[in-house]
Amino acid sequence: MVMQHPLYGVLAEFENTEDLIAAVRRVREAGYEKIDAFTPFPVEGLADAVGFSASRVPVVTFIGGLIGCLGGFLLQYYPNVSGYPLDIGGRPENSWPAFIPITFELTILSAALATVFGMLALNGLPTPYHPVFNAPRFQLASRNRFFLCIKARDPKFNLQAVRKLLAGLRATDVTEIAF
Amino acid sequence: MEPETPRTQRVPASGGALLAPGHTYGSVTDKISAIVLTRGTRKGWWFGFLITFALVMMLNYALASVVIRGVGLFGINIPVGWGFAIVNFVWWIGIGHAGTLISAFLLLMRQKWRTSINRFAEAMTIFAVSCAGLFPLIHLGRPWLFYWLLPYPDTMGVWPQFRSPLVWDVFAVSTYATVSVLFWFVGLIPDLATLRDRARNRLAQIGYGIFAMGWRGSAVHWARYEMASLLLAGLATPLVVSVHTVVSFDFAIAIVPGWHSTIFPPYFVAGAIYSGFAMVMTLAIPLRKYYGLEDFVTMRHLDNMAKMLLATGLIVAYGYMMETFMAYYSGNAYDRTMIVNRMTGPYWPLYWFLILCNIVIPLTFLWSPRIRRSVRALFVISLVVQVGMWLERFIIVVTSLDRDFVPSSWRMYYPTGWDWMTFIGSIGLFLTLFYLFIRYLPMISIFEMRELVHKTAEEATGS
Repeated sequence: MVMQHPLYGVLAEFENTEDLIAAVRRVREAGYEKIDAFTPFPVEGLADAVGFSASRVPVVTFIGGLIGCLGGFLLQYYPNVSGYPLDIGGRPENSWPAFIPITFELTILSAALATVFGMLALNGLPTPYHPVFNAPRFQLASRNRFFLCIKARDPKFNLQAVRKLLAGLRATDVTEIAF
Repeated sequence: MEPETPRTQRVPASGGALLAPGHTYGSVTDKISAIVLTRGTRKGWWFGFLITFALVMMLNYALASVVIRGVGLFGINIPVGWGFAIVNFVWWIGIGHAGTLISAFLLLMRQKWRTSINRFAEAMTIFAVSCAGLFPLIHLGRPWLFYWLLPYPDTMGVWPQFRSPLVWDVFAVSTYATVSVLFWFVGLIPDLATLRDRARNRLAQIGYGIFAMGWRGSAVHWARYEMASLLLAGLATPLVVSVHTVVSFDFAIAIVPGWHSTIFPPYFVAGAIYSGFAMVMTLAIPLRKYYGLEDFVTMRHLDNMAKMLLATGLIVAYGYMMETFMAYYSGNAYDRTMIVNRMTGPYWPLYWFLILCNIVIPLTFLWSPRIRRSVRALFVISLVVQVGMWLERFIIVVTSLDRDFVPSSWRMYYPTGWDWMTFIGSIGLFLTLFYLFIRYLPMISIFEMRELVHKTAEEATGS
């Protein structure tokens, strides 16, 4: 490369999901890896098409649930058995059936918190600044337009080739986005 | 205006459409976001808001008085130690349950009709839980010591009684409130981004922008987002059942005749959903009219909700029947006396009015498709059911306590003005929060409506 571009990538706009998915497939076939698509609602199969394999959110949820479950039980076991045991007519100190409701509630609470914060963290949100917002028409990504971005850090990235590829893909608008 | 590709088609009349024909991604977005962004604050909104806000002021006055002078202001006595506070608590928390059920359970069941009602139903849940949470707190008598209910290592080494349903309740209700807020907020993120992008005033852009957290609708984000929503729905569904089960344990674990019954958990959960769907309907009917949302909240939605009312109403009716039968069949003199007291004792008019509101009226009329398609009739029935469900809780709480085991300690319970002020004030609080919600947040999930446009268009083209 002759000149250092402060270029984030090239953004192409599409009118509907079919055109977008077709374009994503063609761009992937052409060998581009660092791409992303932006849509106003979740589109089935699009994440697969851009090369996203498996979400780790369920793992985070499971770990959160496990921590809540064990923590919830120990929270009740400790005071009743060793912290402040009370002998009431010889009843068992570890009366586990009575501990189930709170254990259950804390499992759900912890799993739900893990799910939400895990999802946000994996998505890198909050993101106060992102280059795609520099594209003048990008605000339509939350209304009725579908976007495809080929990032400049893709090893195959070449501005002329990318523009040419996107122009042949029913894109209604193609813009370069700066950092 | 440029043409937009997918457009909802006319659907065969069989079940009625979930979305009126002719809508596009752009039109649903513009219509719902305009209510918040460009419609402005109208006179009607101010009128309603100021009335409900006045009720909140009344609530504040009543609560402050109760905190300063004590719960002796309420009509409670011995043996009726649980008065309006507990009746209202159970009523409000029950109302909240339909919101979670619509957003979580119907999501798991892939019921598309939930889309246009889930957002305000979830908001209703949060506001109802907020009202519910107030009552046990003031009922404590010394609410500033509420933290004694929480497990923390205090200097005396004393812990809450983890075997008590009242402590379970603290965990259940606070978990429920937290998870409801999380679920609601996660659902709002993409819509906040829409509002951020469409707002023309700087303050709104910044305000919505902060809470949208930089959402940009990336395909990868959507994939994780959808997974998280599904998992939250899977967590919230058993949670909602557990919460009202725990609430029913407050009664069922006690040995009081009329409370000590294994039918309580399922019967409470069904009753909760019953009153909650009634409240969703009470809110949906005026909202769709005043904000012109008949295209989105269609007759099909109202019809489906009416069917839910019918189904849960039948479960509630079965509960009443079994309660009476079991009292007879147990052969227990106290149980039999309790039921006879309910039906013929000093509170008999309330019992029979409850049967009229909860069983006779809804279960007679909701079978008729003509009534299920009449907006006015549904509105009236939804109010009747809420009155009935409130009376049910009153009957359960009061008529089980007023005739204690020893006749010499029998005493009547009469609510005082302070009881009524907190009860009516809590309705004011609920409606105030709701007025603020419909003014500042999209009351229908915009991105899910766009998804619905997409799916409806796909189905119409047969792909």
